[in-house]
Amino acid sequence: MPTLGEKVKKIRSKNAGPFWITIDIFCEDKKTYKVVCNQLKNSKISSLLMISEQDLKRFEIDNLNVIKFSFPRKIIQGDIFDRDMHGAQLAVLLSEMKF
Amino acid sequence: MIPIKVLVPSGVLGLGFDLEALNNGVKNNPDIISIDGGSTDSGPYSLGSGTSKYSRAAIKAEWKSLMIARKKANVPLVIGSCGTCGTNNMVDWMENITTELAEELNQNIKIAKLYCQQEKNFIKKNLQLRKIFPLNPAPMLNGQLIEEMTNIVALAGAEQIQECINTGADIILAGRTTDTAIISALPLMKGANPGSSWHGAKVAECGALCSTNPTSGVVMVEFDKSGFTVEPMSKNAFCTSETVAAHMLYENADPYILHEPGGYMDVSHSNYYNIDKKKVRVEGATWNSSKNYSVKLEGAKISGYQTSLLVLLRDNNYVKNAKKWTNKLSKFLNKEINERMNIDSSEYSLEFRHIGLNSILGELEKNLGNPVEVGVLCLITSKDKISTEIAELINPFLLHFPLSFNEELPTFAFPFSPVHSDRGCVYEFALNHILELDDPMDAFQIQISEV
Repeated sequence: MPTLGEKVKKIRSKNAGPFWITIDIFCEDKKTYKVVCNQLKNSKISSLLMISEQDLKRFEIDNLNVIKFSFPRKIIQGDIFDRDMHGAQLAVLLSEMKF
Repeated sequence: MIPIKVLVPSGVLGLGFDLEALNNGVKNNPDIISIDGGSTDSGPYSLGSGTSKYSRAAIKAEWKSLMIARKKANVPLVIGSCGTCGTNNMVDWMENITTELAEELNQNIKIAKLYCQQEKNFIKKNLQLRKIFPLNPAPMLNGQLIEEMTNIVALAGAEQIQECINTGADIILAGRTTDTAIISALPLMKGANPGSSWHGAKVAECGALCSTNPTSGVVMVEFDKSGFTVEPMSKNAFCTSETVAAHMLYENADPYILHEPGGYMDVSHSNYYNIDKKKVRVEGATWNSSKNYSVKLEGAKISGYQTSLLVLLRDNNYVKNAKKWTNKLSKFLNKEINERMNIDSSEYSLEFRHIGLNSILGELEKNLGNPVEVGVLCLITSKDKISTEIAELINPFLLHFPLSFNEELPTFAFPFSPVHSDRGCVYEFALNHILELDDPMDAFQIQISEV
């Protein structure tokens, strides 16, 4: 089974201020975008990230073919238990996800 | 006075920019040069300690280019969030650099300093008056937490920068300010479209990141009654409707809404189109004023004193059992620390991270492979300054601790002497709140000087 990373153009993640993380999934074209919008369930993302589904915000940005997820960090940026302050490596989890 | 042209040399002072592009910008007659000097992006240390993330030498070299550009363009030069965190001492630090450069360049300049740091008593008073509101998620704020914070700043908006512009200063050194306000202040003052003033500011706040060539730095934004036009100043950079629109996604939890002091901007109905190969025109953003004027607060407190150790495992048995090894070692060490130093485990934290296994993603890691070696990063954080002593106590066990008791004593790889590295004081963000103000200047002060 291919991965989500193979299906789309780019997936990136980044801190959005010290208290939030945001993930952007860029699709190459409208067709891929529609497929990803339809098949990528919030429940799948929240279990992958081990957060509650209610905390996950989802945006579908039609004009850019982008699906965006944002959620509050469980560990605040720079806390002593933080492992990745900018959260930019988190995108790999979605990239490597079977899709 | 419309249109108003704002020249943005880069996303932040200290990151570098293309000098040729800066000169192109100056030739295009800007009305103001605006650059950001800080962010919380690198974590709580800068605000906690009241220091700059970037070196003074880097800041001075870049500021020199901008002071020369300002003289040539004969327009105000504004920097927001001086010294990364925008505390008062960092505004003064920036003034010191500016004064040195003014002498070196033989420039006579009027400086306006905007102070954004907050007194603990002022914050306590406002908490009692119920003028402080939590954002989501926010630490529980009370008098004790306020007392524990080393620095508290309020983020200035367009109103405070406009006050500074109105002093007629050549250079404005602002403490903590929203990234966008240094760009939107002048167009808003001169009657440009309010929604588009903020939207254009948001697009340009990271410099040429909204273009095809992010490292070139310099962009010009032209604001008018109905929208804005953005153009990169490097000959090797281009803005497309996609690169510009996509910038609203970057580091933003919400791709349509941006909260600023005094209200919020909404770009849900914005239109982006290329005027030519380089320039993008944007219209349609709206500005929604809030009933009460409020500014965001940032604060940091000491979370402890930290010491780190690194040990490297190559022995196959230990690589395979790295987690089992550190679990066992951890239990053993907690007992040793308790017995030898007479301190309870509540007074410190001892954490092992396995580099090569899951040191970045932790429990979220799905792809545990078969590494040939594992780096074990040991982090000790203590409330009092005892993390060094705990590290010294741990040292021999980290080198020799065996998985079983009937084996020859193992010796792992220490890459450093001394083994431990004192990381000193570490901080944590302690505020995600807004403060309501009767007048935008109630939490801010302006000081004027001439050199």
